[in-house]
Amino acid sequence: MVGNISIQNVRKEFVNQDSSQENIIALNDFTLDIQPGTFVSLIGPSGCGKSTLLRLISGLERPSSGSIVLDGKEISKPGSDRGFAFQGSNLFPWLTVEQNIAFGLKARHIYKDNKKDVQDFIDLIGLNGFEKSYPHQLSGGMNQRASLARALVGHPKVLLLDEPLGALDAFTRMNLQDEILEIWQNHNMTMIMVTHDVDEAIYMSDKVVVMSARPSKVEAVIDIELPRPRARAQDTFQVYRSQILNILNLGGDIGMIEYQI
Amino acid sequence: MKRYITIIKLILPVIAVFLSVATYYGFDDSGKQKSTEYPYYVYLMLFVSGIYFIFAIASIFMKTLRAKIIHKAPLLTGTIIFMAFVNIVTAKTTILPTLYFPSLDRIIGLIYEQKLFLLENVFFSLKLLITGFIWGASIGFLTGLALGYSKKVGYWLNPVTKFIGPIPTTAWIPLALSVFPTTNTANVFLIAFAVWFPVTLMTSSGIQSTNQVHFEVSSTLGASTLYKIIHVAIPSAMPSIFLGVFYGTVSSFATLMAVEMNGNSSGIGWYINWQKQVMMYDGVYAGLIIIAVLCSLILTLLFKVRDRVLVWQKGVIKW
Repeated sequence: MVGNISIQNVRKEFVNQDSSQENIIALNDFTLDIQPGTFVSLIGPSGCGKSTLLRLISGLERPSSGSIVLDGKEISKPGSDRGFAFQGSNLFPWLTVEQNIAFGLKARHIYKDNKKDVQDFIDLIGLNGFEKSYPHQLSGGMNQRASLARALVGHPKVLLLDEPLGALDAFTRMNLQDEILEIWQNHNMTMIMVTHDVDEAIYMSDKVVVMSARPSKVEAVIDIELPRPRARAQDTFQVYRSQILNILNLGGDIGMIEYQI
Repeated sequence: MKRYITIIKLILPVIAVFLSVATYYGFDDSGKQKSTEYPYYVYLMLFVSGIYFIFAIASIFMKTLRAKIIHKAPLLTGTIIFMAFVNIVTAKTTILPTLYFPSLDRIIGLIYEQKLFLLENVFFSLKLLITGFIWGASIGFLTGLALGYSKKVGYWLNPVTKFIGPIPTTAWIPLALSVFPTTNTANVFLIAFAVWFPVTLMTSSGIQSTNQVHFEVSSTLGASTLYKIIHVAIPSAMPSIFLGVFYGTVSSFATLMAVEMNGNSSGIGWYINWQKQVMMYDGVYAGLIIIAVLCSLILTLLFKVRDRVLVWQKGVIKW
């Protein structure tokens, strides 16, 4: 099994161009080991560096110090072994759904040998018949599905999901959660997902990593030991839920997890 | 009821042609206008009705064409009535000075009689325009790309572009005519310059406003820098580039006329100027009509290409 990520004492400091303002330390002394094939959710107060952590793993950003190692190799730049599903819909508007999904394969010049994969993923995410449509012709959910397929088609070892379902309505969201889980189970990859939704994190993950406010550290790693497939309305959910909310200091009230720091 | 309105709409242009020919023959010419050998005005009316008739017949079998014709019929009617009005003002009543306002007979007749000579001039102009356009647009695209993508190139080239770009092309004419070995190369340079600036500006701003996330997405999908430029930056800048090409084309028309009226010895701009100098205002009008048709055709073509390339865009400028 591949897809082991080892994050060692990572610090990420954003240097402020305006010298009158202080530099922002997003992550400090952040250590986390992610086993191959696990589904990990990152949860924490808004602005705590969850997305920064994903960007560090993807190689879009470099840590100020510390190291991030994927299967024994230090990550220094973006690569197709780590797929990234970005927040919101960001398909290339000038390409059709099919061309969007094929983008990575074409960029790596392996499209000819893997043409079938594109169609397979279109089938998988249920966008048959929309292959030739442009993103603006699709609904938000379809857009999100297509960008998932685009990130998946190169069979990455790790899939990084940055609030992939944030902008969707509740039903589309639940459907897509199940689809992501199905893909995860069938494709043997490590998934790391940033979310604001505690229920989503519990429903989907093997491990929920609760992060502290900036500069962020690992506050707690909670193993969700529920059998799969999970039911959404399970009593045990409540136990995990209060545990996580308590760590986030939000235990007194339920529901609200987003707050400004 | 709707059916009757449609039929009336379709008949309107025929009635208008009838009325316009009736006014042509019904009233005597004032005699102040130089008369033409043939009634060219009537010929044109017959020609237009002939074309209309062919389309009307074809529209019986083609539904989309029918809708188009029904839509355009009132406009055609209006145009014909306007021409009849112009004919009355210029040929029948001659309330306007005949030197500057020749009759339609004379203008149409001149276009018909000098068609080969006019065509020659049109080709000359087109050749100049297209050569200049290709140079200007390609160099503009490349400078815009470099400016938009590389900060270092931008640092050095941006001030240059900002400094020389806004100079009106016509201000270059005296210098260009003396520096370039031939008038033709000078003209090509001037037109190219007129196209170059807006294309550069809009290409670079289009590249710069590429959504950063799209670059990041392509990085994570394993795209190289070159691949990102070709497959992300350029397509994303395309709407803006087309806008630049559009501005450039419009400004190239102006430059074309300016250079042709300044020391050229052929081309449609030269023709207009020459006709004015020999006091042949029917020639001036003929030239203007030809330019209008030509420029309009070029822009239509440009927008057709744009609609093709930018099918993925939602809202677009209408032409």
